[in-house]
Amino acid sequence: MTPAMSEGDVQMSSLSAGGNQDSNSTTSVVELKVQEGLPKYFFLAAASTSLLVMALIMIFLFREGLAIFGKVNPVSFFFGKAWYPTYDPPEFGILALIVGSVSVTLFSSLVAIPLGVGTALYLSVLAGPTVREYVKAAVELLASLPSVVLGFLGMVVIAPAMQQILDVPTGLNIVSASIVLAIMAIPTITSISEDALYAVPRDNLEASYALGATRWETMSRILVPGALSGIGTAVILGMSRAMGETMVVLMVAGGAAQIPSSLFDSVRPMPASIAAEMGEAPFGGEHYHALFAIGIVLFLMTLIFNLVATYISNRFQQKGASTL
Amino acid sequence: MGRPARRENSGIPLRCYPFWVGPAGVGCLALYASVWSYLIVSKPGYLVVRPTIFGGGELKMMWKTLWENIMNKFFKMGKLIIFGILITVLPLCPSSAGADEKISITGSTTALPVAQRLAEDYMDTHHEVSISVAGTGSGDGIRAIIDGSADIGTSSRDMKAKEVALALEKGLKPVKQVIALDCIVPVVNSDNPLTDLNLAQLRGIYNGKIRNWKDVGGNDKPIVAISRDSSSGTFEVWQEKILNKDKVRPDAQLQASNGAVAQAVAGNKYAIGYLGIGYLNSNLKPLKVNGVTASFETTKTKVYPIFRELFMFTRGKPTGPVKAFLDFVKGPKGQKIVREEGFVAIN
Repeated sequence: MTPAMSEGDVQMSSLSAGGNQDSNSTTSVVELKVQEGLPKYFFLAAASTSLLVMALIMIFLFREGLAIFGKVNPVSFFFGKAWYPTYDPPEFGILALIVGSVSVTLFSSLVAIPLGVGTALYLSVLAGPTVREYVKAAVELLASLPSVVLGFLGMVVIAPAMQQILDVPTGLNIVSASIVLAIMAIPTITSISEDALYAVPRDNLEASYALGATRWETMSRILVPGALSGIGTAVILGMSRAMGETMVVLMVAGGAAQIPSSLFDSVRPMPASIAAEMGEAPFGGEHYHALFAIGIVLFLMTLIFNLVATYISNRFQQKGASTL
Repeated sequence: MGRPARRENSGIPLRCYPFWVGPAGVGCLALYASVWSYLIVSKPGYLVVRPTIFGGGELKMMWKTLWENIMNKFFKMGKLIIFGILITVLPLCPSSAGADEKISITGSTTALPVAQRLAEDYMDTHHEVSISVAGTGSGDGIRAIIDGSADIGTSSRDMKAKEVALALEKGLKPVKQVIALDCIVPVVNSDNPLTDLNLAQLRGIYNGKIRNWKDVGGNDKPIVAISRDSSSGTFEVWQEKILNKDKVRPDAQLQASNGAVAQAVAGNKYAIGYLGIGYLNSNLKPLKVNGVTASFETTKTKVYPIFRELFMFTRGKPTGPVKAFLDFVKGPKGQKIVREEGFVAIN
């Protein structure tokens, strides 16, 4: 023991180590601080890693993407309809790609919202415990399916079937891509909506029943309005997932860079374009920078979706149980 | 589609080193890691700074001493660590032991997968040779020959007059060897009654002027044109031989691989697509072009119109290991690989 050791340290060590003075098991304030400090700094480092990675990705994305605007006018980039990146002279108009992404996202949410929210309502209100267990497990299983498997399903089963049944020119179109994307978005929407429905205070529901309201009235006027912010968040997050999904749209959307005139036209959403062309784009060329610029657009769109989701969940939060 | 998909990525350099170097390095590191984990698990106090080392409890001081303590213990095992690191890093160095002769190949992305397989197979039987393969584009392959940065340049086109002049200026006489033929076949769904199209009709279908099968002698149904991505080598051939300078119609479905084209055409009775001859299968109906059936024979005799040659250029008459490698490529084993990668063999 050095003279600098204070009384408190000794007491501390005798308290925690039961007075054992063996040097290996002696615990002092210093050791406690190390033992307390190490995990703290470890977790701090872990948390800052993701922050750092995020920052680096942003810097890289913007540095590589903004370079295209030195060569291509932003107006003709965002509003040009022709995407011919490898021709001479090349044309970099991404309007068709943006419209492609937006159309599959919107149509897939049209399919996914009723199914996802409906499943959540059924699970939280109507289903018995056994049924709920099985349905919940199935929905969670759906979430764990790799997107390439769903894409393959869309390409080999849904697209040819749709083409034959409806006799449309091609089965690789907005509708079939949206159906597959909806399958992927349903688990997200269902599980977040279900949490929101459970968060509605039971007192409100019981009060409603006590006033003689039927189950349907209670559900439509108390439960759903009470959970609306959570359901809104769920929908937005589901849409954001559909917007960023790559493999499915690459395989099922058809890949034609055109502005669709019907729901049965092929489109080329932004992630599909990046995935298909990045491998062959000459490093540092205009095409390469244009693909990164598409990445920026995609990033900003999903960012907006996430901000809206955060806003909704903060703004319309259920303020506690209304008990007396 | 039993064939391996034609890989169209950029090059991965291939190197040779004694097989035991990798496992031995991993073994040393594992030994090292296990000693450390034993110490940490069995003696939890081992890493912890003891009060005898310093007094007080200032944070800064503590971290400094903790660091010193760790470094101190770390270096007790210095020899083992250095040996472990050396032996792990060694195989990653370009100048590894075991390969006396080096050949570098660069150029066309279309030829990349086949060049890669050729190099791998050649190195399996010739341990004294190390071959690196890269693919960035045909122009790069020819440039690399002229400036001497590669021994073999692959290219899917012949040298341009300008490039020949540049080579002559440097006193070089580049030698070209055809190693394979890339033959592209238009295909339709097996329900389609059509059997034959000419080059003008194909051009009209792909530039968007012809939109209905009845205009080329089929049923009154819309045409769904399926194309490859505009960055692929297959698309380049199509662009060169069929579209000329025209743009592919904007509603053409661009697929990312030969396999995806095959799948899309097989699943749609209105579709037309095109793919490398090696990717034909029984679910697809290949079309005759100008009345000629695409086959290995008609491609070799150049009767079938939609094909191109893949070249390997050398700086002069090939000698030594480069010559040996090129002989292997043009020999039966090399040409077998060419066929397996979906191209047409030259003999």
